[in-house]
Amino acid sequence: MLTWVIRRDLLLAVRRQADVLTTLFFFIIVVSLFPLGVGPEMNTLRIMAPGIVWVAALLASMLSLGRMFSNDYLDGTLEQILLSPTSLSLLVLGKMLSHWLITGVPLVLMAPVLGIQYDLPFSALVVLTLSLLLGTPILSLIGAIGAALTLGLRGGGVLVSLLVLPLYIPVLIFGAGAVEASTAGLGFEAHFSLLGAFLLVSLVFAPWATAASLRISME
Amino acid sequence: MLQGSNLECARGDRVLFSGINFSIKPGELMQVRGPNGSGKTSLLRMLCGLTVPSSGEINWNGTSIRSLGADYFSMITYLGHLSGVKDDLTAIENLRITSALAGVAIDEKIAYEALQKMGLEERETLLAKVLSQGQKRRVALARLILVNTKLWILDEPLTALDVSAIELIKNIIERYLAQGGMVILTTHQEIDISATVTHQLYLS
Repeated sequence: MLTWVIRRDLLLAVRRQADVLTTLFFFIIVVSLFPLGVGPEMNTLRIMAPGIVWVAALLASMLSLGRMFSNDYLDGTLEQILLSPTSLSLLVLGKMLSHWLITGVPLVLMAPVLGIQYDLPFSALVVLTLSLLLGTPILSLIGAIGAALTLGLRGGGVLVSLLVLPLYIPVLIFGAGAVEASTAGLGFEAHFSLLGAFLLVSLVFAPWATAASLRISME
Repeated sequence: MLQGSNLECARGDRVLFSGINFSIKPGELMQVRGPNGSGKTSLLRMLCGLTVPSSGEINWNGTSIRSLGADYFSMITYLGHLSGVKDDLTAIENLRITSALAGVAIDEKIAYEALQKMGLEERETLLAKVLSQGQKRRVALARLILVNTKLWILDEPLTALDVSAIELIKNIIERYLAQGGMVILTTHQEIDISATVTHQLYLS
């Protein structure tokens, strides 16, 4: 059942590439503009890099949250999902995973390329990519709760950022922190452990919370 | 057996309907009638378990549908105003996915046959966005042939359908009722479905 939902969402993403590309281009443009604006001072760029890449990833991921359930809501598929005998949490987990595959994975793959613009050393690029790999699924998981709560509301886009951003902050701090720690020669394991813990906690609670929010939104 | 007792639906301060009682047994049909805005869709969504009645109870064989949860969902098929057909998927993909969601995984061949029965020959592999409203409706209705649930809840199933499709749906519903299924439907069109017992529920 999980695979059906993921396959369907991936198929839809392939047929509607504009949605996927918007997120990715937003990420690329934001990250690329900073070196042009700040100027070619290598030391400054190196210090700023992890924060910029992470903030851009966070905003890019949030940009696509609105679409997570709204298409299904508008064409009636969401009603069918709610009435499915399969557990709603499982189906929602499928939607979260496909959201991550569509918006998160491209960001993870692009990050090391963009990191070169900031003259990051190889080791820092690896840590940056790994921190995004651990962190972006959390963004999809937590974001889904906000998307479900604001479903069908006018101005839902603004509301979703207000709801979700505070919860994103720890991910941002520890994600960017891991890269900074590694460039400073300190261990980044602690940051990764915390990111991993966030991931596990949100993996357990987010599907359940999203399922409950969807039921409330559809009443 | 599905039984509703003393159902009430309120939207804010406004009471759409109240004191609705009915019971429907296998092989029986219930038609919900009433003018626009009288709460037909709200009632059907309530009977599906999508919304909770502001007062009253809905019981399936004596057990509240709230406590049955997913077990109840596996016994009903709901077709709403919105047909749940994705514009960017083909007719076959749409049908296979909605059936899978309903708990019946079907292969391409079965989906193909079901669509042919619904009069969609040679439209199976077209994207739904190029289909007409009536054809999209047929894709949604094709699910009725495939599922084996005990209760169908159909909200305006005949909208946008032509005469031959209406006849087709009528036959499908009659066959289902003869096999002991239960159907609750709303429609503005006059349709003469023969059933052992036909309940009429008027909302005003």
